[in-house]
Amino acid sequence: MTSGSITRDRPGANHPAARNAGAAFRQVVRAEWIKFASVRGWVIGMIVAALLILLFGVFLAGNASIGCGPTLSGAACLPKIPIGPGGEAVTDSFYFARQPLSGNGSLTVRVTSLTTMIAAGGGQASPVGQGPRNPLANMRKGVEPWAKAGIIIAASTRQGSAYAAIMVTASYGVRMQYNYVHDTAGLPGRVSPAAPRWLRLTRNGNVISGYDSADGKHWLLVGTASLAGLPGTVQAGPFATSPIYNKVQPFFGGASIQSGPSQATAVMDDITRNGRWPAASWTGDDIGGRGNTPGTGVGYFRQSGGTMSISGSGDIAPVVPGPGSFYPTTSIEQPLMTIFIGLIAVVVVAAMFFTAEYRRGLIRITLAATPNRACVLAAKAVVAASAAFVAALVASVIAVSLGVSRMHAEGQFVLPVSTLTEVRVLVGTAAMVAVTAVLAVAVGAIMRRSAAAVTTAIVVIVLPFLLSVAVLPANAANWVLRLTPAAGFAVEQSIPNYPQVTSIVSPAGGTYPLSPWAGFGVLCLWVAAALVLATVLLRRRDA
Amino acid sequence: MEATIEVAGLRKRYGSAVALDGMSFTVQPGQVTGFVGPNGAGKSTTMRVILGLDAPDEGRALVAGRPYASLPHPMRYLGSLLDASALQPSRSARNHLRWLAASQGLSAQRVAEVIQQAGLKDVASRKAGGFSLGMRQRLGLAAAMLGDPMILMLDEPFNGLDPEGIVWMREFLRALARQGRALLVSSHLMSELEDTADHLVVVGRGKVVADTSVAALLAAAAGGRVTLRTTAVPEAASVLDRVGATVAASGRDVLTISGLPAERVVTLLTRNAVPFSEVSAQRVTLEQAYLELTSDAIEFRAEPAAVPSEFPGVTP
Repeated sequence: MTSGSITRDRPGANHPAARNAGAAFRQVVRAEWIKFASVRGWVIGMIVAALLILLFGVFLAGNASIGCGPTLSGAACLPKIPIGPGGEAVTDSFYFARQPLSGNGSLTVRVTSLTTMIAAGGGQASPVGQGPRNPLANMRKGVEPWAKAGIIIAASTRQGSAYAAIMVTASYGVRMQYNYVHDTAGLPGRVSPAAPRWLRLTRNGNVISGYDSADGKHWLLVGTASLAGLPGTVQAGPFATSPIYNKVQPFFGGASIQSGPSQATAVMDDITRNGRWPAASWTGDDIGGRGNTPGTGVGYFRQSGGTMSISGSGDIAPVVPGPGSFYPTTSIEQPLMTIFIGLIAVVVVAAMFFTAEYRRGLIRITLAATPNRACVLAAKAVVAASAAFVAALVASVIAVSLGVSRMHAEGQFVLPVSTLTEVRVLVGTAAMVAVTAVLAVAVGAIMRRSAAAVTTAIVVIVLPFLLSVAVLPANAANWVLRLTPAAGFAVEQSIPNYPQVTSIVSPAGGTYPLSPWAGFGVLCLWVAAALVLATVLLRRRDA
Repeated sequence: MEATIEVAGLRKRYGSAVALDGMSFTVQPGQVTGFVGPNGAGKSTTMRVILGLDAPDEGRALVAGRPYASLPHPMRYLGSLLDASALQPSRSARNHLRWLAASQGLSAQRVAEVIQQAGLKDVASRKAGGFSLGMRQRLGLAAAMLGDPMILMLDEPFNGLDPEGIVWMREFLRALARQGRALLVSSHLMSELEDTADHLVVVGRGKVVADTSVAALLAAAAGGRVTLRTTAVPEAASVLDRVGATVAASGRDVLTISGLPAERVVTLLTRNAVPFSEVSAQRVTLEQAYLELTSDAIEFRAEPAAVPSEFPGVTP
């Protein structure tokens, strides 16, 4: 055969000159927009999606009224949670042996032991302030990984005040922490009389530097903290605290949690002060005190010679939502937990936006009008994503603002976040819905049949989410939420997973294994893969 | 721009079925080219290949000298109507035309014009799903006319039209051809094209069987036969036989004569005093000419009991 004169015309292989490509694409987007807007069922479908997001969000989020005491309920029961310098809710309770430090100076100690007691039976934490006379009598030795003791420089003894501390921990070695959310690792390993740790904090203006040493001679800088507005005289000294002890038992459908207070006791010596320390002796202070604090509320310090033992309970850390949190808190994204219901409606509309073309052969008219098939797919994706984005954004903004005030009125403490974070949660959620719509469009192009496309899209996005929330044990659920398109739900999470706080990562509690943008990125990778497959198939198949 | 469609050596198989087997023809401007053949002959497949919807295994199709898919705003070059029912039922006729116009960078004004032209003014706001097939054909034609293209390609445009609609469509197509446009109009019923087409591309089994003007086809098919009605059959036969004509009996009193014009038959019979009641030159319809032409090429030989109802052109 003389194939020299025969060329194979691949549909879509050639398209308008590149200089007109932008204008041509805008025309195709406009054409697809007219298509979308002129089918009433699709427009109604998007509105229904928005209403589902809105109604389920507002009514399911705030349906748990808190009661406290025989007559009090709702907002009257809101816990008084301290707010840290960054505006976040914090736990700030510890035992503090303190002295004022005027101006610059430093404090050095050697820690020789750290032991932890946990509530016996791992369970029945007595309500704070109402328990037995000595809560410690009910406790046994155990390990709470984030039990901590060391030295701290705090702006004041008020809860939520700015601070920097360097400490030994039960399981995570030496840490430098400041202002509740920051955490840096120092020397690893457990502290013991055979392996003591020297810790030092120095203040220079607003900057506090933390050092550690294994021998008291060779020092390593662990980290520095710049504490804005630190007063001239600060409170400094040894401290000890230990968070709520959680024992998580994963099972199908979630996890059971046994929790109770724990208490850390440390032994320190070689306490060296440099600079102006006007007080003659240490003052013991149960920061957070009795009442509204996690922990046993029973702290103390004893001195004998140059040795101090100090014991405390509580935590110095951000408050996180979800099971295991001491406070009955919730987060701003709680009203978005039911977004998957609205998402199903979005998926149906977006998938049908493509499959309807195949139902009656309209695809041939579409591709005769625009032979560049990738261009048609892209235009449909842009239109479906825009419609879904607007619907989801409007619904999410209203759902969150109504939902948050409703939850507040019912006595649920909504963890505060910065405006930037709130915008990220709302815009990110709308973007997640929009990108999911693109996935549904691509699946529609791949499958060509409405029922198959809708089913597939729901199976890959919504089903993994539901399985993770309601069926799978926590470990499996977390893998599902790392690998499947459902990872994208992570973009809703407003309070990060702090490594220095033991929390149960579970979507039911509003926490995801991946960070918000990483999770969103996983979803985007899936969408990109689906778009590539859809483009290849569209080009290869006869219309 | 050259208002032509050139199809050269198209071949395509769907699995083991050969759909196109070396299809080649050219559509010229200023005339209606009828694209005729039984169902399954490859007409629709050829049209899809021309539009770049289906990829041929071999060969190529050019529209205005270029592959369709490479034309910017292709509907401004070639308007097509493949399947009048390819509509989103819940979308109105006007919105259907609006999105098409947007995709070609055409104005809303143009949409109003084609609605007027296709006689859809009163129904333009109604959902296309409620349209009769005839109305859908008009909508499809309006869509094809949107880009005011110099080339039109219509697949079975007469389907579903009432007699009035058929007359309207014929007139419309004739007028477009007079404007110098090139039209390729397919049909499985030759009779539909009788007064419409100037040129015919007759296809069967995926290739061109005849590519001819309508006038030439009719002349060839008639073959100069003459019908003679007489009560003196043997006398007439012997007279005509003597001058070398071929005579066949086609009825009790009827003879069919080939090889002799009607005037000569009359002269011969009169001179030999053979009585006759009628001498007439036979006329063939386009339908008969087409049947004669495609009798070898028809894919499924018609068995009297097994003719599919929609199977065209073959009457047992």
